[in-house]
Amino acid sequence: MNVEVTPLPGIGTRQDFVARSGRRIGVITYRDGHFDLIVSKHDDPDSCVASIPLTVEESGALANLLGAPQLVALLEEQNREVAGVSTRQLPLAPNSPYDGRTLGDTALRTRTAVSVVAVVRAGTVHPSPRPDFVFRGSDLLITVGTAEGLAKAVDVLENG
Amino acid sequence: MHNTAISLIELGAVFFGLGILGRLAWKIGISPIPLYLVGGLAFGAGGLVPLEGIEGFTELAGEIGVVLLLLLLGLEYSAAELVTGLRRSWLAGIVDLVLNAAPGAVVAFLLGWGPVGALAMAGVTYISSSGIVAKVLGDLGRLGNRETPVVLSILVFEDLAMALYLPILTAVLAGTTLLGGFTAVGISLVVITVVLVIALRFGKYVSMVVDSPEPEVFLLRVLGAALLVAGVASQLQVSAAVGAFLLGIAISGSTAENATKLLEPLRDLFAAIFFVVFGLNTDPRSIPPVLAYAVALAVLTTVTKLVTGWYAAKRQGIARMGRARAGAALVARGEFSIVIAGLAVAAGAVDEQLAALATAYVLLMAILGPVAARVVEPVARAVQRRVASPA
Repeated sequence: MNVEVTPLPGIGTRQDFVARSGRRIGVITYRDGHFDLIVSKHDDPDSCVASIPLTVEESGALANLLGAPQLVALLEEQNREVAGVSTRQLPLAPNSPYDGRTLGDTALRTRTAVSVVAVVRAGTVHPSPRPDFVFRGSDLLITVGTAEGLAKAVDVLENG
Repeated sequence: MHNTAISLIELGAVFFGLGILGRLAWKIGISPIPLYLVGGLAFGAGGLVPLEGIEGFTELAGEIGVVLLLLLLGLEYSAAELVTGLRRSWLAGIVDLVLNAAPGAVVAFLLGWGPVGALAMAGVTYISSSGIVAKVLGDLGRLGNRETPVVLSILVFEDLAMALYLPILTAVLAGTTLLGGFTAVGISLVVITVVLVIALRFGKYVSMVVDSPEPEVFLLRVLGAALLVAGVASQLQVSAAVGAFLLGIAISGSTAENATKLLEPLRDLFAAIFFVVFGLNTDPRSIPPVLAYAVALAVLTTVTKLVTGWYAAKRQGIARMGRARAGAALVARGEFSIVIAGLAVAAGAVDEQLAALATAYVLLMAILGPVAARVVEPVARAVQRRVASPA
């Protein structure tokens, strides 16, 4: 993956790469810190079909969405031999009753037999969170358990 | 005290009027500069209502406007960006210079204004407006395009060329001989190189001198430093504007960002005064005789900028649509053409009609520029289709 870094004098920096599909995807970082997500046109790789401004929180959310599936895929790969066990990423909505409370409060393992093996927050992975780990809204929980257990866990996280 | 009251009323009316014009400009989607010029034309010399009593203030305020315009331009760039831009685009920059300065010089000779007028007009038609170009690229979502760094590097080259050109122009306008002109070039080259070296190596010391955690102190220091440097530069015949530009380059990092934030409103205010004063001092009745020349220049220099952008983008391996977009982006002229014309007219060394020609030309180009950038894609595609399937 060749990420090109191009300075834009007077504006900021552009970092992009060419995806296998032929599209150029990247990010413009402005001087004052905000970002633009850029995606090139299909028939004209020099120009952009989208140049979307992102705030810092939005960039973090996008990084979460893009970062977590890789972790899940890795875990699924490793757990494939173990029948009946699945891995999922569960988002913690900002209005969830556990926003601001600890992992221990959820009692997920007791109630649903699901284990939280990692929490992804703004692109950073916190592995093996302890029971006193405090959740924040839009965290992504990487969970391992049975299919029913995971369905119950979704309910628990949403409704308390 | 009667006079103060009238001055206050006049000044207030000017500012408020500029505000209304500016709002109109943003609504239509063009830069407010042409409307400020038109506003100035409508009043003042030969216009509807002569404004007296505020000349002292507006003249100095206009000067401060030019200083702030160039200070903020310099603050925008770091010295490293300048060097990168220069390295990447020097050939395209030279092509840009030759192709775009020539039409202005030729028209000046045709109108009988001699070498001084030709030098001034060459600068007027050469410099693209960085402000308008950057805004248009941002509005059209083209900042991520591959041809955009090409366009920006050419703008960097033009700004550096202006730093060389202004001292020469100032010297020539002051009536020095050819030898004097060469000395001016030599001095300005030395000064610019020294400042670039200082900015690259010791930039943080310069920033430390003006920086301050309290905004009030910071504002006073930066503004004071800019005016001091501009004044000294003017005394050394290096041109006040260039002094401010070089100071802006020397200040870097977070100091530059904070200074930009603090000074932008001041720059907008004083630069608006500068444009209005330029319009006020231009007699609108002197425009019609040169209007045909202005239109001819507008058409010719649009083509030359298109060629420049096409060539520069081609060198970087950009495809055809990108080349067309790069050329169209560079078409806009604006604030710096008026700065150059203003310098020439203030020195009194050129024909008064130069102000009229420059005004008409900038009015046309400040509107034509954004329009060209917007229509280039549909037009280019239509041309492609015509060429691909000859009827």
